[in-house]
Amino acid sequence: MEIIRTDVLVIGGGLAGLRAAIGVKRRGFEPIILSLVPPKRSHSAAAQGGMQASLANSHKGHGDNEDVHFIDTVKGSDWGADQHVVRMFSHVAPKAIRELAAWGVPWNRVQRGERRAIINGSEETFAEADEAHGLIDARDFGGTEKWRTCYVADGTGHSMLYAMSDQAIARQIPVHERMEAISLIHADGRCHGAVVRNLMDGSLRAYLANATCIATGGFGRIYRVSTNAVINEGIGAAIALESGAASLGNMEAVQFHPTAIFPAGILVTEGCRGDGGLLRDRNEHRFMPDYEPQKRELASRDVVSRRMEQHIAAGHGASNRFGEHLYLDIRQLGETHINGKLREVKEICHYFLGIDPASELIPVRPAQHYSMGGIRTDHRGESPTLRGLFAAGEAACWDLHGFNRLGGNSVAETVVAGMLVGEYMADFCERTDDAGAATLARETLRHEASRLQAICSNTGGENPFALLREMQEIMTDQVGIFRNGDNLEHAVATLRSLLARSRDLGLRRQVRGANPELVAAYRVAKMLKLALCVSAGALARTESRGAHYREDHPQRNDRDWLSRTLAVWESSEADMPTLRYEPLDVMAMELPPGWRGYGPKDHIEHRDSPRRQQQVDGAASIDDRYQRQAGLMPFAHLLPERFQGRNERLGDPNGD
Amino acid sequence: MTELIASTRRVIDLRVLRYNPAEPDVRARFDTFSLEEADGMTLFMALNEIRETQDPSLQFDFVCRAGICGSCGMLINGKPGLACRTLTATLPAVTTLAPLPVFELIGDLSVNTGKWMQAMSERLGTWIHNGGEEANLDHLEQPMEPEAASDIYELERCIECGCCIAACGTAQMRENFVGAIGLNKIARFQLDPRDQRSNADFYELIGDDTGVFGCMTLLGCEDACPKELPLATQIAWLRRRMAGLSG
Repeated sequence: MEIIRTDVLVIGGGLAGLRAAIGVKRRGFEPIILSLVPPKRSHSAAAQGGMQASLANSHKGHGDNEDVHFIDTVKGSDWGADQHVVRMFSHVAPKAIRELAAWGVPWNRVQRGERRAIINGSEETFAEADEAHGLIDARDFGGTEKWRTCYVADGTGHSMLYAMSDQAIARQIPVHERMEAISLIHADGRCHGAVVRNLMDGSLRAYLANATCIATGGFGRIYRVSTNAVINEGIGAAIALESGAASLGNMEAVQFHPTAIFPAGILVTEGCRGDGGLLRDRNEHRFMPDYEPQKRELASRDVVSRRMEQHIAAGHGASNRFGEHLYLDIRQLGETHINGKLREVKEICHYFLGIDPASELIPVRPAQHYSMGGIRTDHRGESPTLRGLFAAGEAACWDLHGFNRLGGNSVAETVVAGMLVGEYMADFCERTDDAGAATLARETLRHEASRLQAICSNTGGENPFALLREMQEIMTDQVGIFRNGDNLEHAVATLRSLLARSRDLGLRRQVRGANPELVAAYRVAKMLKLALCVSAGALARTESRGAHYREDHPQRNDRDWLSRTLAVWESSEADMPTLRYEPLDVMAMELPPGWRGYGPKDHIEHRDSPRRQQQVDGAASIDDRYQRQAGLMPFAHLLPERFQGRNERLGDPNGD
Repeated sequence: MTELIASTRRVIDLRVLRYNPAEPDVRARFDTFSLEEADGMTLFMALNEIRETQDPSLQFDFVCRAGICGSCGMLINGKPGLACRTLTATLPAVTTLAPLPVFELIGDLSVNTGKWMQAMSERLGTWIHNGGEEANLDHLEQPMEPEAASDIYELERCIECGCCIAACGTAQMRENFVGAIGLNKIARFQLDPRDQRSNADFYELIGDDTGVFGCMTLLGCEDACPKELPLATQIAWLRRRMAGLSG
């Protein structure tokens, strides 16, 4: 049995995992990255529209800074986020984008002089300053006060991922491709690495590490209709859950993106609406201003997706042979703009719909898109209950996004989290030197080998592909955008019975090597456990917050539910997660709960909110924004020293 | 009505080249799978349906299924292409699928493009070489002409799918030829003002017949590129530059 030792094991070769490994290596420790696929094929590449960072270079970004980005993100989260983490994030995002610029990402740049843009359906002209010429440009995105989303046409994630992966190659960081971690090696609340299956030849080996970081992205594929890549099955989160020690946070917080092409569910970027695209119904009526007069098409994603489904339910949907949908209209942006800055959108429309978006409407309907929930960690990315286990990016819930993520904050989070968690893991390695016992590794390896053998020799009647399909149907139909107690109870009951049935699998073929049927078979129980965390969490949470919307409890209820859900799988015999709650401390918030600026104004207040608001209002007289902020909610001390510096902006050389 | 629609649907045959290196005693063969075509069906949907309902051992690679990640390059009736965005409606009643040549076979339609691409990247140094200087992340970024950034992106749209290599005459004959993909990457870094490598440095990397002088100008690369990158133009341009240096 093969055992490989390393300082840091990073599971996942997307933006977060790559950046974390680079950080660890910079500090003199040896990382190994495991990836299901060649890293440049990771789902990070699918981020089209851009990355939020408050550079404030372009005219429409003037006045932007960390404070504004912080406020937008907290409002976007519907106050579910950890505000310390949001502060750390908005402070480091400009550094992340500047690092990527130095590493070769061809960010679109500001062109001095007259600029024309479509805003709220009509053309506006404004001027870009001479001194901004050649600096990084930004476009508009949903739920933001300023144009803050930096971009590379509509291939932002692609360019970022290529630059990052090439940096990892330059630094000779080993990436073990087509490797899947199927179980964590852990004992007594300490993680020591993982047992890993080679997806090319089916062999097993153990990796023993001082620190282990899960950066495997989201779990969108538990849904039938999802924009996610087929590799986003959440196995990283699932092995953390199966440890029984680590917990998953806010699993019921699942984002649905407004504009997935219908019916394939392939994403077309929010940049379409940011650049002036509109949503229309069967009569080509622009309906969003009727519902959301302030932010219209650019309200946060949870709000836009609900309004779209509401509009369809009211009978205004268009229909084709696959069912009902609405339209995204980018015709008015013109061919030049589409060919330059929305060319992936154009390609997708061409190949999958057979239409030209410069002259035709794009059929769209909301689809599962992002997992706000994930492995619960502290602000350093470490599990509070399983020492030595870290998580970063979409797989993690350090809680940047609360119950709704803003567009452009996900790729930003991957890189920022990678930068920070890489440093914290290096700190951890400096403090502890304990790569774990080989005996434990061998034991876990033997256990996993016999588990896989048991699946292969089982002669039950259940088909893993059929169970996966049933799970996906239930999740999309009953744990989607609109939820209610009856449907959720039904979903939980059905998922429990699917989990029971998953113990009775029978493989149709006995083949050596990669064996894709075995892969589906060992993943199905893991995915069902995640689906149960989502559904049970959604059933228990009798309020509506961000993307979690309960028809039977439509108000946000800060009085009873200003808390983070923690799901734990207490034993391998359990068929349900145990749910616990972690309250959020209003008195420690820089931005006390209030109205988001879009959506309904009807939340039930937390008893501390008025008192905290008074304190915050009292600080408004302090002129210096850094001083004011530090008085309310200090965070700089939480950051690694090398990322504490103030961010320079045009006309603001000291970041004042 | 439903029955009528169902009965008018075409049945297509996919002939798939099969070989599992873990079972060397079983010879390579073609298996034919018949399935009923659905509206909007792509090869991604068709192959998954086959795996779920006919042969669960069938190996293939998909990731994004949206034509952006480059995982699913294969020979579709002999021509390299992305399976995920190939609609079955554009294919004849019998379609032959085979793995991309040149790359190491993992099994059936799955090939190890990752290993090949990694070796190419290491050899050509496909990252910004700036003398090891670390940028001060607190300061304003270095300005860049907007047009220069767009020009770089034009060449950076490559998704490393391997279609250009599979379509390349030289790559079939010369194992260490960097191919259109490698040359395009060099063109991309040569264009980038942030990269301090000189033309002489690039000549060291590609100035022989494993590089820019190995190309026979058959243009298979450009024909097969799913991102329609101007590969032939880049090779011609690099040749001119490199030829100037070689004397």
